[in-house]
Amino acid sequence: MSKFEFPKSITSRPVWGTLEVRSGEHHLMIAEAEGAEAILDIATPDLMAKTHLIYIPKGTGYAERLRALNSAQFYEGPSYEASLQRIRRVLEDTHMGLQVYLTGTEGMMGQAMSEVMTVGLPHTAIQTEHRGSVARRMQCVHCKGITEDVEVDPFVCAHCGLNLFVRDHYSRRHAAYQGVCVDAEDHGNVPEPKGIYE
Amino acid sequence: MTIQFNDETFRDDYTFNNSEWAIKRFPFPFHEDSYMYSVNMEQHRGGPEGSVYEMRFDVDEHYVSEMKDRAMVLDQDPLRCQSLPHMTLAGWDLLELIMASKSEDYPDLFELHRNGNQWRWINKPMGIDHSFTFMDETTLPYGPMEYITRQAQGDFAVLDQRDEMLWMDAGMVTTQADWSLDFDIGMNFFEWHAPVPKAHEMGIFQRALKFLLNIQQGAPARRLNWTMTVNPLLDTSPENYHKWGIQKTTLTPENIAHKQHLRVELQTFFRLPRSNALVFPIRCYLCSFQDLMTVPKWGRRLHRVIRDLPEELATYKGFIDNRPMMLDYLSQFDDGLPTSPGIWPDLETEPPLKSKLA
Repeated sequence: MSKFEFPKSITSRPVWGTLEVRSGEHHLMIAEAEGAEAILDIATPDLMAKTHLIYIPKGTGYAERLRALNSAQFYEGPSYEASLQRIRRVLEDTHMGLQVYLTGTEGMMGQAMSEVMTVGLPHTAIQTEHRGSVARRMQCVHCKGITEDVEVDPFVCAHCGLNLFVRDHYSRRHAAYQGVCVDAEDHGNVPEPKGIYE
Repeated sequence: MTIQFNDETFRDDYTFNNSEWAIKRFPFPFHEDSYMYSVNMEQHRGGPEGSVYEMRFDVDEHYVSEMKDRAMVLDQDPLRCQSLPHMTLAGWDLLELIMASKSEDYPDLFELHRNGNQWRWINKPMGIDHSFTFMDETTLPYGPMEYITRQAQGDFAVLDQRDEMLWMDAGMVTTQADWSLDFDIGMNFFEWHAPVPKAHEMGIFQRALKFLLNIQQGAPARRLNWTMTVNPLLDTSPENYHKWGIQKTTLTPENIAHKQHLRVELQTFFRLPRSNALVFPIRCYLCSFQDLMTVPKWGRRLHRVIRDLPEELATYKGFIDNRPMMLDYLSQFDDGLPTSPGIWPDLETEPPLKSKLA
């Protein structure tokens, strides 16, 4: 079971959807880890014949099943960062009418979404579906460093080492949630970390 | 009157002080004995002589020292001032608005001489005499928004208006009540207000947005907002919260009178002519509890407001832990007498504090 129901939250928090087939001559799909399942759920031979599919396994093993979809182009990238130059190159050739499908963690979808918006595609051309890990991409409000894949609250900033609590406040530009010092008013009093949605 | 500018600090040794003049004109934010959110907008078309409402951009005794504090903040963290590329025109609009307003409202302090696009700006309190070409960025030491807001008290959010929405696309933010421009830049009106409790459910932001979208050039609006700050610290940024947060715990019954400050924001809203952007100056005024208590009406009222404030709001405003100590102090100044309506001190008409021992 890789679908997670996010609790209702504040208005800056993104809301993810469910992928569906859209008509169009060009399709770009980016699937990270269990996001592969969302692609497998909607794939049809006709759709995939017009699709550039990028898969970032993050330790999962969907490559063979995805390859078997016979997409127009298929690329397996070792990480989002490694795939980024390729994603940008694909978006460079973009014309109006391109349909974009993003599925996987919030961190990947948020970052890819901001790449797509940068080239001027309307947000209506982007579909998203969350699958897999509920970890968050966090920006430390103090040192500005990004810590990827944060699963617990509070957590330690990977850059400055402060203990941060996980806010629901979200920036699309940074594709990240905000982390704020948890023991600023009582140094050293850091609660026991627990899962973000526990 | 001529303003005597204080030489004071808003950090470290905290020599900030309000004169008697500054106390009497302090924008006390409670018009009645209780507080709840409301849109509370009114036209910003002057006000009583000498009040903070009188001029378009109020200049007071803290001006020069506040600008020194801003320069220090920017030196340490340039991300407190940011402008997305499409906001430069709005920056020029803002520069013109502030220069024109200040030179007209305070002719003894500021002068603006315009000859076509060749402008000369004189800021006497800060010792600036600068000739430049309007709309030519290469003739200024900073971008236009940064240049002029380094010379104007208060934070400035410059909001782009498109798709029936306001977007936080530029700003100068060094005296904020705990929000990060670097994080919020590019957000729409609902997104940057997302962390505020209750107000969304009450429809406050929907109504406020509708009002703001319709603000016309030459018809600015204003409202007051407030929070609490321990020590007269201007830079209560989330960026530095790990450094200043601990100060909240230094409050004691012995020092609360001079250490605890009511922090009031005079928020104004001006439509800008060329860009159609909206500028949102957020001017911060600080006043210690002991100075507020010199006005009997404010003493009575502040106690009642803080006592009856919903827990959620006291938590959001960051003083829930200190509230009991505040109430112990403030209750001495509440003799139970009724208060006159409105925010003004009414020193002539309101009775002095009745001793509770009598």
